Amino acid sequence: MAEQLPFEKPIIELRNKISELKTFTLEKEIDLSGEIEKLETRLEQLEEDIYGNMGGWERVQIARHSQRPTTMDYIERIFTNFMELHGDRFYGDDEAIVGGIAKFEGEPVTVIGHQRGKGTKENLRRNFGMPHPEGYRKALRLMKQAEKFKRPVICFIDTKGAYPGQSAEERGQSEAIAKNLISMAGLKTPIICIVIGEGGSGGALALGVGDRIYMLENSTYSVISPEGAAALLWKDSGQAKRAAETMKITAPDLKELNLIDDVIPEIRGGAHRNVDTQAGYIRQTLKTALLEMSKYDSGELVNKRYEKFNNIGEFDHVNGVMPAE
Amino acid sequence: MIRDLFSKKKKYATIPSEQAKQEVPEGLMTKCPQCKSIMYIKELRKNQMVCDQCGYHHRVTSSERIAITLDEGSFEEFDAEMISKDPLQFPEYADKSAKDREKTGLNEAIITGKGTIEGMGVVIGVMDPRFRMGSMGSVVGEKMSRAIQRAVDERKPFIMFAASGGARMQEGVFSLMQMAKTSTALNRLHEEGLLFISVMTHPTTGGVSASFASLGDINLAEPQALIGFAGRRIIEQTIRQKLPDDFQTAEFLLKHGQLDQVVARKEMKKTLQNIIDIHRPAHTGIKED
Repeated sequence: MAEQLPFEKPIIELRNKISELKTFTLEKEIDLSGEIEKLETRLEQLEEDIYGNMGGWERVQIARHSQRPTTMDYIERIFTNFMELHGDRFYGDDEAIVGGIAKFEGEPVTVIGHQRGKGTKENLRRNFGMPHPEGYRKALRLMKQAEKFKRPVICFIDTKGAYPGQSAEERGQSEAIAKNLISMAGLKTPIICIVIGEGGSGGALALGVGDRIYMLENSTYSVISPEGAAALLWKDSGQAKRAAETMKITAPDLKELNLIDDVIPEIRGGAHRNVDTQAGYIRQTLKTALLEMSKYDSGELVNKRYEKFNNIGEFDHVNGVMPAE
Repeated sequence: MIRDLFSKKKKYATIPSEQAKQEVPEGLMTKCPQCKSIMYIKELRKNQMVCDQCGYHHRVTSSERIAITLDEGSFEEFDAEMISKDPLQFPEYADKSAKDREKTGLNEAIITGKGTIEGMGVVIGVMDPRFRMGSMGSVVGEKMSRAIQRAVDERKPFIMFAASGGARMQEGVFSLMQMAKTSTALNRLHEEGLLFISVMTHPTTGGVSASFASLGDINLAEPQALIGFAGRRIIEQTIRQKLPDDFQTAEFLLKHGQLDQVVARKEMKKTLQNIIDIHRPAHTGIKED
C-alpha cells in the first residue's frame, strides 16, 4: 500500500468510501451507482483542488515520498543497453551515485544520478542517496569519459545533500564537489540535468552544472533543507513548513525566478502514481533538449554554459542604478 | 595587582553584540583567547593581529588584509558600490543587510580589486566575515566573476582570501548557483593558463569551501583556520560520536592532503610573492653554459 501523506487524507477517505459503496453494491445487490457516480465526481474535484494547489511543503513531502521513482527507475524505462560502471579509481565505489553508459533513442549517452534506496536495507547500502567524495569522483570520471567519446551526459539529481560525515570530510568532500563544478563548467559535451526528487544544496549541484536544468513538477531544489533553514532562522526545525514556503524551492517557483529552464509536468498526485507515464514525459524533454544541443560545437557549448551561470544573480547599486560592467 | 586592574576594567566593558565579541573590543588592550596574555591593541595591529606570545591569529578585516598583502597605495577597488537585492523577499534580510552595511562600513561580504605584490600586478578578492558571516550571495558571486574576468583581460594572477560561513541562505537557490558561477568563471581563468591562489582563512566552510576556495592551483590556509564542508555539530549528530579536536582545522586538512601549505600570516606576502614570481610568463628556459 502506498504511503499516505497527511494532506492527501480527504482524498484517501473519499476513495475508501467509494470502494466501500462498490463492495456494498456487489454484496447486497443494491444499486448505488447514482451515489457512486456523484462521489466520483466529487473525488475528481477534490483531487483537482488538493493536487492542483500544492504549496512548498506539500511538494517537499511528495519529493520525499518513499515510493517516489529513483534514478534507476527512470534509467530502465528511458534508456536501452544500460551498463553500470563502478568506482572512482582512487578509493572506492559509492553506491549513492550510479552511472554508466547506455543508448537514448539509439544514440550513445552517459547517464549519472544520485540513487536512493527503496527500503532500509538498500538505503543503508546507498547511504540514503547521500554521496561521499568517491561518488562525486566516480561521476566526474564518467563525465570525462563521455567527453572523450563525445557523447552527451544526462544527470538525474535526487539527494538530500552530500554526506555530512567525518570520513567524507577527511577525503575532501569540499574538493570533490568543487572539482565537479569547475570540470562540468568546461566539459566539451552537452550536459542535461534533471532534478527528479530532492535537490539538496552543494551535493545536488555537484551533478547540476549543465546546459539545461529541468525539474519535475514536484521536485525541490534548495540551498539548505527546510528543516535546516528553520533551525538556523527561527531556532526551531519544526517550522520547516514555513521555511519551505519562504525559501522558494519548488519547480514552479524556480521557473518563475528563471533559475531553471523548464518544469517537467507530473501526473496528478505525483510521479509515483505512474512511473511509466512519468518516464515518457522525461524522455520527451530529453529528446528536445539533446536535439537542441546537437546544433552547437563544443566551444559554443562551453561559452553558453558560462553565460548561463554568469547571468544568475540579483544585485543593485547603492544609489539604485547598477552601471554596466 | 596589575592583573586585578585589568580584570576589573573588563567587567565594565560593554560588548554591543554577539558579533563584536569575536573581534577585538575597542579599547586600549585585549586578551589573547588562546594564551590569555594581555596586550596593547596597537601592538597587536602592528604585529598583523598575530599574538606575539603564542602565534594565535586574530581576525583581520578585509581592509587590513589588503593593507598587509598588497604594496602600499597600490590597491584599486572594483565594483565597490554593488549591494545585494532581496530576490526572495526573505523575512528580515533587507534589514539585516542594511544593518551590516551601517555597522561595518562595507557594502557586501567581499572586496575585489587590483594592486601589486612586490611590484607584480595581481587581481585580488578578500571576504569579510563581519558582513552576514561572509556568506556568498549574488553580490559575492558577481564581484568575484567580474574580478576573474579582469584577471583574464589583464592576464594577471587571481588571489582569493576566503572567509565565509557558506552560501547565503536568504537568497536561496540564487546563492547556491553562485557556487557554479564562480567555478565557471574560474574555469575560464584556468583555460587561459592563468594562476589562481586560494587562501583559506577562518572560517571557510559550506558552499564556499565546496566551490572556488578549493579550486586553487595552489591552496593555502592560515594556521588554525576552520575549513570544512559540513558543520561540526551536524556531523556529530550524524555519526553520533565526538570528533577529534583538530577536526576541520587547516592543520587537519594539510594532514589529509587537501592543502599545499599552511602559511603564517607574517609569511603570507612573501609566500604569495614567490608563487607569483615562479609563475611569471617571462621565463625563457634554462640557458646552456
